[in-house]
Amino acid sequence: MKTLLMIAVGSAIVNNVTLSQFLGICPFLGVSKKMDQAAGMGAAVVFVITLSSLVTGVIYKFILDPLGFTYLRTIVFILVIAALVQFVEMFLKKSMPSLYQALGVYLPLITTNCAVLGVALNNVDKYHYNILEGTVNGFATAVGFTIAIVIMAGIREKMENNNIPEAFKGTPIVLVTAGLMAIAFIGFSGII
Amino acid sequence: MGSARERLINGLIKENPTFVMMLGMCPTLAVTTSAINGVGMGLSTTVVLVFSNLIISALRKIIPDSVRVPAFIVIVASLVTIVEFLMNGYLPALSSSLGVYIPLIVVNCIILGRAEAYASKNPVMPSIFDGIGMGLGFTVGLTAIAMVRELIGKGSVFGIAVMPKGYTPISIFVLQPGAFFVLAILVAVINTVRVNKGKNKVEIGCSPEKCGHCTQNCANAPKEAREGGQA
Repeated sequence: MKTLLMIAVGSAIVNNVTLSQFLGICPFLGVSKKMDQAAGMGAAVVFVITLSSLVTGVIYKFILDPLGFTYLRTIVFILVIAALVQFVEMFLKKSMPSLYQALGVYLPLITTNCAVLGVALNNVDKYHYNILEGTVNGFATAVGFTIAIVIMAGIREKMENNNIPEAFKGTPIVLVTAGLMAIAFIGFSGII
Repeated sequence: MGSARERLINGLIKENPTFVMMLGMCPTLAVTTSAINGVGMGLSTTVVLVFSNLIISALRKIIPDSVRVPAFIVIVASLVTIVEFLMNGYLPALSSSLGVYIPLIVVNCIILGRAEAYASKNPVMPSIFDGIGMGLGFTVGLTAIAMVRELIGKGSVFGIAVMPKGYTPISIFVLQPGAFFVLAILVAVINTVRVNKGKNKVEIGCSPEKCGHCTQNCANAPKEAREGGQA
């Protein structure tokens, strides 16, 4: 239990996926204009990454590893993730229309979000987590992404009323904000 | 060879993936801590891009339209696996410092974007040159950003100390926040130049010209979420 908690805090806050590992930068900068969109994107990412960490963990443990095909992990994982996103989309559309209304539009944008593949690969390559640890790591990483994107959306909503130098309007000021957030998150690095 | 030259200039300058299209931002921010990493990442992406353009362009009449994106992904993922093996074998130090960003070349928007926007519609030779041009443009972009970060953050370029002895490196530039700050200033400069020339500002996000598969995905998304493309 203690290990799992350490993994969760570590991936959600200390090694924040967006601000310290630079995965999922595009949605982080692109879909963070409004708070409700950011929250929707975050929820969809939590859903997909948790599920994909579980599925890729199971496939790695019971198919790729015993057969000695671990070098095929990149190909297998990206296909599994792409298929999974399609499947989740169809499933939600049919059986949970209200959830689909909230998350559906963000799902297609996630397929090639590099955080999804990055977490799946890190689980097996870098950390050698078992299936449970990998799933917890996936969930916590996605929560970390949600924290970052929601904070970013909050700051951007306030920033709309501010007087920004002409050259920095648009993408540059968002990058500066992200840089300042990254400095704040470096402060957590002493925790673990 | 007029078209070859045009493809190279297009990739290096007109549609430079880093400075104009703002694609592949995850590796751009992550690996530019030293110039050598920038060159390594850029060249490995170039190799994958050239061969994926070659194969996809050669198979463009065979791959059915409805399954083209999964087919492209399988081709790119196979090439990335080969590159990963070669780097592990011959450049172990670079391979370990680039880490997970090597397999993540698969989801680099530049590669699928070029496959969709160019290689799947054009003959083999121009597609190869398109790959070389785009790949080198990406390499130049990464190396330029990495050199600035390494110079300010470590006082060196390509590992060779170039700053005077009294210079204290501002190490935040090789840490994560530095990546955001350097890119912010770069985009601000590019935008100022472009606005003066009467062109549109560059921004991160996806638009139809940038990459085909984004467009396809974006078409399903609501208008406000559309600009949120993929890395």
